[in-house]
Amino acid sequence: MSTAVDTSAALPLPAAGDGTPLKKRLRRAERRRNLLFGALILPLALVVLVAFIWPIGSLLTIGVDNPEIHDNLPRTLAVLEDWNGSAPPAETAYRALADELTAAKGSPAIAAIAKRLNRENAGYRSLVMKTARKLPLDAAVPAREALVAIDAQWGELATWQAIHRAGGALTPFYLLASIDRMIDADGNIVVAPEEERIYVDVLLRTFWMSLIVTVCCLVLGFPVAYLMASLSTRHSNMLMIFVLLPFWTSVLVRVAAWIVLLQNEGLVNRLLMWLGLTDSPLQLLFNRFGVYVAMDHILLPFMVLPLYSVMKGISPVYMRAALSLGCPPFRSFWKIYFPQTLPGIGAGGLLVFIMCMGYYITPALLGGPKEQMLSYFIAFYTNQTINWGMAAALSAVLLAATLLLYMVYARYLGPTRVKYMKAR
Amino acid sequence: MEAVHNRQAPHVSFRNVQKTYDGETLIVRDLNLDIRRGEFLTLLGPSGSGKTTCLMMLAGFETPTGGEIRLDGEVINRVPPYRRNIGMVFQNYALFPHMTVADNLRFPLRVRKLAPSEVEARVKRALDMVQLEAFGSRYPQQLSGGQQQRIALARALVFDPQLVLMDEPLGALDKNLRERMQLEIKHIQQKLGITVVFVTHDQSEALTMSDRIAVFNQGVIQQIDAPEALYEYPTNSFVADFIGENNALDGTVVAVAGEECEVRLDCGTVLRARTGNVGAGGRARIAVRPERVQLAGEAEGTNRLDATVRELIYLGDQIRLRVELAGKHEFTIKAPVSQLDRSLRPGDAIRLGLDPAHTRALDVPAAH
Repeated sequence: MSTAVDTSAALPLPAAGDGTPLKKRLRRAERRRNLLFGALILPLALVVLVAFIWPIGSLLTIGVDNPEIHDNLPRTLAVLEDWNGSAPPAETAYRALADELTAAKGSPAIAAIAKRLNRENAGYRSLVMKTARKLPLDAAVPAREALVAIDAQWGELATWQAIHRAGGALTPFYLLASIDRMIDADGNIVVAPEEERIYVDVLLRTFWMSLIVTVCCLVLGFPVAYLMASLSTRHSNMLMIFVLLPFWTSVLVRVAAWIVLLQNEGLVNRLLMWLGLTDSPLQLLFNRFGVYVAMDHILLPFMVLPLYSVMKGISPVYMRAALSLGCPPFRSFWKIYFPQTLPGIGAGGLLVFIMCMGYYITPALLGGPKEQMLSYFIAFYTNQTINWGMAAALSAVLLAATLLLYMVYARYLGPTRVKYMKAR
Repeated sequence: MEAVHNRQAPHVSFRNVQKTYDGETLIVRDLNLDIRRGEFLTLLGPSGSGKTTCLMMLAGFETPTGGEIRLDGEVINRVPPYRRNIGMVFQNYALFPHMTVADNLRFPLRVRKLAPSEVEARVKRALDMVQLEAFGSRYPQQLSGGQQQRIALARALVFDPQLVLMDEPLGALDKNLRERMQLEIKHIQQKLGITVVFVTHDQSEALTMSDRIAVFNQGVIQQIDAPEALYEYPTNSFVADFIGENNALDGTVVAVAGEECEVRLDCGTVLRARTGNVGAGGRARIAVRPERVQLAGEAEGTNRLDATVRELIYLGDQIRLRVELAGKHEFTIKAPVSQLDRSLRPGDAIRLGLDPAHTRALDVPAAH
């Protein structure tokens, strides 16, 4: 509280008894405090590093990892380094390839090479496997002749270009695939063929469904939070128990409960038919509706709690002040109360939206094929096809989308952004 | 509200107003109060005395359980607060934190759909009035307590209300600032000629600012009077004790003769005093202000009391004497330094005189 007395007039800074300047002493005192703070957060920081940042980081590198050719055909690639790429390479390249394939024969490496090359051109798998079966070559015959004799494709330029292309230590292949892009034979990034485009739609669908769920949560949660903030402590505690009730059961149980309620012979449909609102049961499950209902139910507390904590801090006197200044109740609410809840809306919205983006179990159990979100495909690639590259790339896309969203939030709604809070 | 008001007609009147929250205890019992146009009226009382409830009923945030409140002659019991056109300054200012100072001031004007040029002119005038012209673009949190207080005042006045309510607006300020703001608010009120109803529990604040003070206790107005009358002529013991310092001596009324009466103290001394709310034969409490007690020396006269000095406290401009008298230990005398015999020491016997004109026989409050 500054009165008219100005205490900031420049006073000569006193030095300590030993002559240390004041600034230096201040720094020393602050360093000690900072060290203490550092020690306090150290355990958490270690846990985050070991259990969060490191695994995520290594998973993300899998998305661009390209070891098959790079690790198994190093000599061939070394020879191809000086190759001009306009005609099939010289004998040394053929010899190196034949040696390395021979070495890989019978180990998992050969399958990895075949699989990787097959991604460049369907048919290369059988080429590699067929060749491997006939190895080793007769040392007397030139390797080129022998390989071309096994399969004429070894004499073609495209085959060698494919090996050369696939030889990098890193590949954008999975990342591009996860946004429906690919690299064509000429090395340009192009849109994938129409029948292979899927992930952009899935990503947009993930965004859209998350948005709908967030908006529904806000619409449902705002009045509840408002009620809780304005009721007496006893009543608001009661409401709080109801809000937190969903946390006491597992997500799986709640999803199963929704299946029971929403199925064709379920409670909701029977009630609707009994009321005469519908003649035949409505399809409430395995479509968007069911997913929205269950996700809102599960995520509602994450909206209500931040809203409540913000609303609890808004003194009711502001509304009274607005009324006393002649503003009608609804407008007072909208102009005075609502803007002060924006930090809560931002925090709750962000929380719900980000959790939605990564939701898996609810759409998987309650949705049809058209409701599956990005995480379903991540699970699909990790569990079903064991394609870690694709799973990692999709995860990276999801993470990037989430981070982007957070930055937008921090820019426009974050606590440092809401202008009037700066002064606090 | 545009009608020419009769200067004599009360601006606000409470008639038999009651308020209860739980249906059992009345927070406001039976309030009858006329507030004059252009006066500075303070509702003073301890917490829970019903003063704030009265203010809130007038503002429209509480509804009377019984009786009626009239503003300019019209019953406003059912008029919602936003249609009352009453300015209000809240305890913690209630400046909207998400709006700049200027936007806070614009708010009531925009609600009233004033032309933008008029809005700006009035905002500027209001900021000038509280000497914060340069602070329009700041947010309330960037202002000191005193500055926020001024802005809250400016906001309550910017739409030219004829009646302004203030709910302990100075409670959060430190002492020096509070005293400055008291005078500032008083001057603004006098300049604008508005009616102000001011709630406080600080009696010196009430004495400084008010034209009249209504002293509340237990939901009832104990006395409503100008500051001087309230201090000099309290009508009951509560007011005498609540406003300023008071010495109390218990006794029985032996005779009443018009304005004056005789009270026999429990120690046997008979004192003459002005008759307050007591009758002959009843118990009475003699009330006298410390600065009205005379040090009588040896001279005989009416209302003489023997006392023993217990303590002398030097306060610069005056000396406080704590004396023992009639078996009571809590009797205080205030005297200017120049008029006191400086040779007095604790244990000395002195003789006190009580002027009957400044000694009042009041009720004995029920023991707590």
